[in-house]
Amino acid sequence: MSNSDNHTNNYRRKFLAQSAAVAGLAITPGIVLNQVAHAKADADKATSANRWGILIDTNKCNKGCTDCVTACKTENGWGSVDGQPSSEIHSNKEQQAQWIRKVTITDKQTGHVQSLPLMCQHCETAPCVDVCPTGASMKREDGIVQVDKHICIGCRYCMMACPYKARSFIHEKLELQKATEPRGIGTVESCDMCSHRVDKDQNPACVDACNKAEHGAMIFGDLKDANSAISQELKKHGGEQIRADLGLNTGVRYQGL
Amino acid sequence: MKKPVFKQIDGNTTNYWMLLALLGSFVLAAVGSHFYMEHGGHYVTGMNNQIVWGLPHVFAVFLIVAASGALNIASISSVFGKTAYKPLAPLSTLVALALLAGGLMVLVLDLGRPDRLIVAMTIYNFKSIFAWNMILYNGFFLIVGIYMWTMLQRNMNQYSKVAGFSAFIWRLALTTGTGSIFGFLVARQAYDAAIMAPMFVVMSFSFGLAIFLLIVIASYKWTNRPLGDAMFKRLKNLLGVFVAGVLYFVIAQHLTNLYATEHHGVEAFILRDGGIYTQLFWYGQIIIGSLIPLAIIYHPATANSRSAISIASIFVVLGGLAQMYVIIIGGQAYPLELFPGKEVSSSFFDGMVNSYSPTLAEALLGLGGIAVSLLMVAFAVKVLRFLPESLADEAVDPHHSK
Repeated sequence: MSNSDNHTNNYRRKFLAQSAAVAGLAITPGIVLNQVAHAKADADKATSANRWGILIDTNKCNKGCTDCVTACKTENGWGSVDGQPSSEIHSNKEQQAQWIRKVTITDKQTGHVQSLPLMCQHCETAPCVDVCPTGASMKREDGIVQVDKHICIGCRYCMMACPYKARSFIHEKLELQKATEPRGIGTVESCDMCSHRVDKDQNPACVDACNKAEHGAMIFGDLKDANSAISQELKKHGGEQIRADLGLNTGVRYQGL
Repeated sequence: MKKPVFKQIDGNTTNYWMLLALLGSFVLAAVGSHFYMEHGGHYVTGMNNQIVWGLPHVFAVFLIVAASGALNIASISSVFGKTAYKPLAPLSTLVALALLAGGLMVLVLDLGRPDRLIVAMTIYNFKSIFAWNMILYNGFFLIVGIYMWTMLQRNMNQYSKVAGFSAFIWRLALTTGTGSIFGFLVARQAYDAAIMAPMFVVMSFSFGLAIFLLIVIASYKWTNRPLGDAMFKRLKNLLGVFVAGVLYFVIAQHLTNLYATEHHGVEAFILRDGGIYTQLFWYGQIIIGSLIPLAIIYHPATANSRSAISIASIFVVLGGLAQMYVIIIGGQAYPLELFPGKEVSSSFFDGMVNSYSPTLAEALLGLGGIAVSLLMVAFAVKVLRFLPESLADEAVDPHHSK
């Protein structure tokens, strides 16, 4: 073998080795990111063995109390708490997000006044999930309805479809977000029953706040577990759905409506 | 009947370039509006969490609906064998494609995340009528594009009947899909009705033909090509039938709702108490968009006047936009019925009529959609042979005798 052949072979070897190294470097971040993307530590807990729900007793719900709303804002980083500016500084009141709100209803004939918190009702057959073109509006195995903000294109069809006006569109760039609830300009969001807390076997923030205020108007639990407090209470005293006529089988139920 | 001779328009006139410049400036304004809205977010628009679809959707849905209607002339010639319409069939496909492109541009640029259009094109939730619409829109471009090709290229002519039939079926599906976007909204009082789908189909006939008629009258006048009474009368009589058809569906829709007590609230809102929506309904949609055009089209004093019919067509377009405004924005302005028989109030505007004031940016984006469509037509008729040299009576009417 001549010197020049050797030289060529060495060159080829070196070239192949370098190419392999470059290729390796190029795909490694992809593999790592892919693993990160598919890592579902807590979310793996979401199985169809559970169906999470909230039962709200309107007779126990205090008319002037908004602790559940404040707790949701604090937990998820929307709206303004204690006079602090909202994360949505440019949006007007009609444009700012509201994941949960207190609604006052007055019977037109009797004048009877009731107060209740209203949020995403986590329907079994959710219209928002049905209409979403990309599947961004989705229902977890455990019945929690939420938005995958990575594939939401901001078409707002889910907002047109939701019977409960539970959804909000983000009209501006947001800063200072909660790590557990990333929110994004041009996408739609709503109550996700504090799925990050539920995955850690905790109550949603609103339910804890109601208990802390000693009103006890909200019970969170597994509707599929016959022994859970929510199932027991529903069995004993029943619970109504808002717009039951739509047949959506909501995960949030009310007593005293 | 002679075989029609198609020829590009000359186009080297000051007026032609002025027209392109005018349309181009509207397109630029629309692009500017889009960047303005996307730069900081939709807070600069009149839209909010109550009125989530605003003025851009009015224009977008109007154009998309009109697109399939503009295909009528081609369909009548290919599918129903009316040879008199054959000379205008290629232009009909061109206007259809241009209107759809304009409408989709507005729709996409108004998305919260238009940069994710690729997501919408690659990930489909097949239970969503919106996802089906994306397939229907893309298919429309493909099928009508092929149909146009079969007409423009002589050795492909033999396939134009098959292509025309496919395009006809597809366009019916497309408008049914667009109407169903509203028809499938179970939660809202103003929608949730099967009549939305056929009503949108007839609306498409009317709006699409009105725009097509305006384009034909303008392009033949501006290029000094003959447009005989035979073709003109056929087109304007057809428009009259379609305008009456839309009126029929609107009456049927409201009568049905007025019969059912649960819909009395929303009917009272649209027909009597809705302020701007009530005015747009009666003055815009019914009087300007339907009754005046019908009077112009059928009254002997105006029926044969090109300028009167042009005004009637413009009124049909304006009435159509008013109708879309009432359907899309009026339908959202009426509050959701969460607790029947109860008064509702909250920090999130429950139980209230929702307010919406469109901004200039939204209007410019919408008008830009129309400008894109017209620009495409104006450009295409200059570079390709879409327009017959003559639409004089002897050229189009097989039974014409001097």
